[in-house]
Amino acid sequence: MKKIFWIVTLILVLSGLVTATVFAQGSTPTDDEVNAIAKDLFCPVCENTPLDVCPTDACKEWREEIRGMLAEGKSEEEIKQHFVDYYGARVLSEPPRTGFNWLIYVVPPIVIVAGVFVLFRAFRAWSQPSETEADTGEDEDAPEIDDGYVARMEEELKKRN
Amino acid sequence: MLADFGYGVLVVTFILALYSVIIAINGERNKSAQMVESARRAQLLTFPLLSVAAGVLLYELITSNFNVSFVYEVTSRSMPTYLKVTAWWGGQSGSLLFWAWLLSAFTSAVTLRKWDRDREFLPWVIVVSSITLAFFLSMNIFFENPFARFWQTVQGIDAFTFKPAGGVPFAPQDGNGLNPLLRHPGMVIHPPTLYLGFVAYVIPFAFAIAALVTGRTDDRWTRLTRRWSLWAWLFLSLGLVLGGRWAYDVLGWGGYWGWDPVEIAAFMPWLTGTAFLHSVMIQEHKGMLKHWNMILIMLTYSLVIFGTFLTRSGVLSSVHSFAQSAIGPMFFGFIGATFITSVALLIWRWPELKSETEMKSMLSREAFFLLNNLLFLSVLVVCFWGVIFPLISELFTGQKVTVGPPFYERANTPLFGAMMALMGIAPLSAWGKSTLLTLGRAIWKPTIPALFVPVLAYFAGYTNWVALIGFFLVAFVIFVTLYDTVRSAQARQRAQKENFFTALGRLAGRNRRRYGGYLIHISMMLMAIGILGIELFQTETQGTISQGESLQLAGYTVEYKDVATWPDQGAGVQYTRSAVDVFKDGEYLGELNPRIDFYFDSQQTMTIPGQRSTLQDDLYILLVDWQPVSSVGATFKIYHNPLVNWLWVGSLLFIAGMFFAAWPDKDPSLRPVRASKQVTQTSAAD
Repeated sequence: MKKIFWIVTLILVLSGLVTATVFAQGSTPTDDEVNAIAKDLFCPVCENTPLDVCPTDACKEWREEIRGMLAEGKSEEEIKQHFVDYYGARVLSEPPRTGFNWLIYVVPPIVIVAGVFVLFRAFRAWSQPSETEADTGEDEDAPEIDDGYVARMEEELKKRN
Repeated sequence: MLADFGYGVLVVTFILALYSVIIAINGERNKSAQMVESARRAQLLTFPLLSVAAGVLLYELITSNFNVSFVYEVTSRSMPTYLKVTAWWGGQSGSLLFWAWLLSAFTSAVTLRKWDRDREFLPWVIVVSSITLAFFLSMNIFFENPFARFWQTVQGIDAFTFKPAGGVPFAPQDGNGLNPLLRHPGMVIHPPTLYLGFVAYVIPFAFAIAALVTGRTDDRWTRLTRRWSLWAWLFLSLGLVLGGRWAYDVLGWGGYWGWDPVEIAAFMPWLTGTAFLHSVMIQEHKGMLKHWNMILIMLTYSLVIFGTFLTRSGVLSSVHSFAQSAIGPMFFGFIGATFITSVALLIWRWPELKSETEMKSMLSREAFFLLNNLLFLSVLVVCFWGVIFPLISELFTGQKVTVGPPFYERANTPLFGAMMALMGIAPLSAWGKSTLLTLGRAIWKPTIPALFVPVLAYFAGYTNWVALIGFFLVAFVIFVTLYDTVRSAQARQRAQKENFFTALGRLAGRNRRRYGGYLIHISMMLMAIGILGIELFQTETQGTISQGESLQLAGYTVEYKDVATWPDQGAGVQYTRSAVDVFKDGEYLGELNPRIDFYFDSQQTMTIPGQRSTLQDDLYILLVDWQPVSSVGATFKIYHNPLVNWLWVGSLLFIAGMFFAAWPDKDPSLRPVRASKQVTQTSAAD
């Protein structure tokens, strides 16, 4: 039983090695495979231009570096981590969800929820208990303008006197 | 010498602006109509003076006087004259002068109007606009002088405003040339439109402050500045759309919007401006939200200044570049000071700005407008936080981070969706009070056909659920809006016994703001189709191929035919133009010519895509790279952007809607009234 296990393992390992070398030698990663990763990366020099569309020579080299790492069989995560290790978290299109960076993700929802709360409170404060008054006005601009206008005129006159 | 004269004019104008501020405040304090009049005339004089300064700068630009460092920075001999003119706003100091010039033009237009009514506003409008003008001029005079000249001294060559000891004037042979990205026709008109929008917002802000100071608690200030805020919004929107189109045509990344801080800087005042545009209607109809409208216009003003600063400086990229830029701290100081002052004024007047009516129903028009405001401000919070977070992070942790498109897209998508839903529901709700029943009755009919749209889209291959919700909302808003318009026109047709189209025309003509708004809503939906298409269904491929070989994408075949390169010495450009044949499903569609332009003077390249546009999709081909001698010919990047042209179709309708809404007509509330004239005359006499 033990023997069979070892033989199977050996065959698996060998076949794995063979396919791995075939992949490494036979297929250069395509531009599309490179760009799929470069899309989410930003080089430290070209502000706000994703790596996949950046025309500078430095970025071209980065893309070749990605191609090289892909050929070595590195995963997307490993490749991104490689750039983070060298250049810092700024190469990522979003701050990593750690420590201080959490603020970028939590502050907007908190402010927005606070806004909803304030608005709701305001509604409650404004709402009249009696809701009997009917208003069918579709879009009666004119009379309201006039009403407001008269009121303002009176106010203005009052002020002047 | 002429440059020194230009600088002198700037200094005089600056002093004049300060004079008008001081004398206006004094005149108001001493109740002296003469002093206020003097302030008004000083203010009026700033426009011709700044026109002279601008004329001097333009003359230097057109005649290529490279002794002036600004001319050296933004132009070169090979540039055509029209580009030399537009180079005025192609650099920081020039665009600051451009801003000031526009502001003086707008303020002059305001102070020239008949001031027989509302004269109490006048001194404060002058104060606010002149302070703003003086600030921008001070940036030009003390930090970013467009008229600074090159001088050769023992230390070397540098630009100075005044002749340094032992300095000899120096003029380089040729200039740097305008950044090639800015040489596109879109870039020629995009900054001025954006600036027109920015600057025009100063006027409603000035009136708001005047209303606060004078204690006018009514909606007079919003009525007086209604057209200003509408035109400001129009130009700001137009500027954003043109910027998007420019990016799509020139930047060569297959998109129109990249959530770049500079783009967001222009987008933020648009958000508060749009919220303001909606919520002033509540104040005018219901006398509510007076505080809120004040806050919105204050925010818009601050964001306009912030945006002006950002679009030209790039300081947000790092704390260090911010600290190094001379004008950065000044700008922040100014924004802080004006914002705190205006908020203090608002707090002072807070009790007097009480609402005249109460909110009666959560389903009323005013309630929906409040929700709309909440959504716009939420997008603002996301954008503002995203823009400043890299600075905060660097400041507190020393670590630089990038806040890119994924953050904004994830946070804003649901907010945009909610906005779309509101756009459908809100116009049908009544002022004051609506119930679920009345609202439901108005909405159910257009909702049913709208439900079929995502079903059709699903079978057409758009299977992404966000897109399906999006398509439903698009259809919902368009159907609801059309349904409501037709119903109102029919009602008028019956009442007035007119034919349907006459009724429709008159109805829309009498309610320009409402139906202009409807057109804008529909155009937004068309734009949404384009945005959903490109954001969710864009595909791309890139490959290096030799002549005769082809790349495939989304049913298209792109075959590389040829590439040619030649220099154009006159224009200072090396053109590299490729020719590719485009086929779809075997059918020949035509030739496209993606190209690379290399500019000698600035040593920069531009990648101009070859585009094939239909309402269904865009095929967008970039020439990424090419090898003249190698057997592997050229690298192409191809984008397939489904539905994207609806974005531009929507933009055109958007512009039409804005003109319809903003076009001047007789405004009854602004017609002079005899009674008020008498009042003003007596008050002016004492």
